Amino acid sequence: MTRIRNFTLAAVAATLLSGTALAETAVKIGVLNDRSGVYADLSGEGSVVAAQMAVEDFKAAEKGITVEIVSADHQNKPDVASTIARQWYDQDGVDVIVDVPTSSAALAVNDITREKNKVFINSGAGTADLTGPQCSPNTVHWTYDTWALAHGTGSAMVEAGHKKWFFLTADYAFGQALERDTTAVVEAAGGEVVGTVRHPFPGSDFSSFLLQAQSSGADVIGLANAGGDTINSIKQASEFGITQGGQAIAGLLVFLTDIHALGLETAQGLVLTESFYWDLNDGTREWSKRFAERHDGDMPTMVQAGVYAGVLHYLKAVEATGGKDATAVLAKMKEMPTDDPLFGKGTIREDGRKVHDMYLFRVKTPDQSQGPWDYYEQVATIPADQAFRPLNEGNCPLVK
Amino acid sequence: MAAETQNARTQVAAPALTPPASMMGMPRHHLLIFLGLLALGLIGPFVLYPVFLMKVMCFALFACAFNLLLGYGGLLSFGHAAYFGSASYVSAYAAKAWGLTPELAILLGTATAAVLGLVFGALAIRRQGIYFAMVTLAFAQMVYFFSVQAPFTGGEDGIQSVPRGHLFGLIDLGPDRSLYFLVLAVTFFGLLLIYRIIHSPFGQVLKAIRDNEPRSISLGYRTNQYKLAVFVLSATLAGLAGATKALVFQLASLTDVYWTMSGEVVLMTLLGGMGTVFGPIVGAAVVVTMQNYLATFGAWVTIIQGVIFVVSVLLFREGIIGVLGRWLKKPL
Repeated sequence: MTRIRNFTLAAVAATLLSGTALAETAVKIGVLNDRSGVYADLSGEGSVVAAQMAVEDFKAAEKGITVEIVSADHQNKPDVASTIARQWYDQDGVDVIVDVPTSSAALAVNDITREKNKVFINSGAGTADLTGPQCSPNTVHWTYDTWALAHGTGSAMVEAGHKKWFFLTADYAFGQALERDTTAVVEAAGGEVVGTVRHPFPGSDFSSFLLQAQSSGADVIGLANAGGDTINSIKQASEFGITQGGQAIAGLLVFLTDIHALGLETAQGLVLTESFYWDLNDGTREWSKRFAERHDGDMPTMVQAGVYAGVLHYLKAVEATGGKDATAVLAKMKEMPTDDPLFGKGTIREDGRKVHDMYLFRVKTPDQSQGPWDYYEQVATIPADQAFRPLNEGNCPLVK
Repeated sequence: MAAETQNARTQVAAPALTPPASMMGMPRHHLLIFLGLLALGLIGPFVLYPVFLMKVMCFALFACAFNLLLGYGGLLSFGHAAYFGSASYVSAYAAKAWGLTPELAILLGTATAAVLGLVFGALAIRRQGIYFAMVTLAFAQMVYFFSVQAPFTGGEDGIQSVPRGHLFGLIDLGPDRSLYFLVLAVTFFGLLLIYRIIHSPFGQVLKAIRDNEPRSISLGYRTNQYKLAVFVLSATLAGLAGATKALVFQLASLTDVYWTMSGEVVLMTLLGGMGTVFGPIVGAAVVVTMQNYLATFGAWVTIIQGVIFVVSVLLFREGIIGVLGRWLKKPL
């Protein structure tokens, strides 16, 4: 009953206010991510800080937009994510959900957001299906996806002369897809795959697989796995001295906080693709410094940067449309070019894919590193038009 | 302690032997509790969020099914996620890929769990105690592995956007409220069935086997058949809960078959009160509520859950309802 009354009041209020340009808009942002598990470092509380910073930097209050931020832990479980998302949309009046790492959770939120006609700005999840077969008019996929990572790392490595690849693949759908995509890239760029080994998921002992990879004569060992598996395989590869032996290791899904956890001694020489690094330019350095001051000195990951930029762009669209109607705001978000100090200028395509440059990094050796969080050396820039899957190849039903 | 349980058991047994005092042979306070639960269930969606309540009901049914095996059969299965999860996968797949109506999808999922329960149960009941638990865990891990690998389960992404469909091809279950009453009906059917099983002669034999298997054998009962039967019943009802859950959340995922799910149901049952009729319902409600309303505290959820578990094991080992039942001097 109260809900109906609230709804009527809101509807009346909306009609009264919609005419005025300086209408007071109240926006509620839900940061839904992993706050206790393996992705808590790369998203977690840092993403909430990033969202708060976006609201402050946008000076929302001065522009007549009051913003409230709520957050929750989805424990990397799609069912928990879907319960929270439903409750947020149905009961708590959340207008936009941001972040959501873990592909399965992101796909669940993607469906619910479309059903409830709200806005979903994903930064944390990797699955390229979000802008492929599962694409939704209500979803913007901001930071990266597996296609971009596989493509960036694959083609850039081959161009740099590492032609022979060996894959260490997690034996389930995600790992196999990552291996398949990267293989296609490597072969298209003129490289070859000399072998592949599948490890059980989740795995803990990679020694026999790594020895196989070491003796394969490959230039690069591609890690087509994620999370704990990647960390463990990098650790064990370092114990076998694989990078010191001249072979390169390419992590296909590795984040800055993973490198921080592993330490440079273990992770040195690893090659990876990311869309953001705190030490890229003056804009990223200035923002990251402010971020670190508020987040126990930890530098932001690309996922947290994506949350900042996504929220900022959303608020711009709210300001421009003078309301928070999801359809109008989404149309505006896709129409306006994006511009922020972290990702530079970019666009959002009709399939929801945010397009910007990606970068290939190599992890520094302990000697090269100048101080805390000085981890990456930039190897190459992958320009925006090549960084992401072409619009017509994603099988997104919205693209005709 | 032994005298107490002895005492409690005669009290449970008494109504079954005397002519039924009230409907369905239920003692009056049980009937009142059931009516109270039904009333709560009927007003629930108008007060609280329906999807949350549906989650509570699915887990309550799951915990009650598990309690049937642990509390009354005395068998600690550490692999109940296998039945819950496989039913949820099959029902999700049937509804999505084959376009079956919800009731058929749920039935198909439940049947899958029953078959799995029969196969795994037949092998597992040959061992007792920790070995039984380990065998069930091993089977559950096999189901988990299968779910990761099989093409139809969608690997890590699970089966997403499962349509809720139309009940009997007629009633649209899309709105939360209409689905809610289906879930309420399913849960209540499950609970009454479990209640009936516990208080049937079959249930009496089960309790006898739980308390003293050699004596039951010497009385002429083929205990393995009874154990297998209760295992299959428990797996089937766990499957019913899982299949329903797939429709509620419109997804089936690895969470449902992972071993932590098996652990969670043990937690719910112990917290609420093992071997009580209503304990698991309370346990499930407490655990789901914590997961839901404490989600904002992030990492603290698991810590709070752990502390509550430790406290409950140390202070009230019979669980919330077990202790309550002792105070009221009535088996609940």
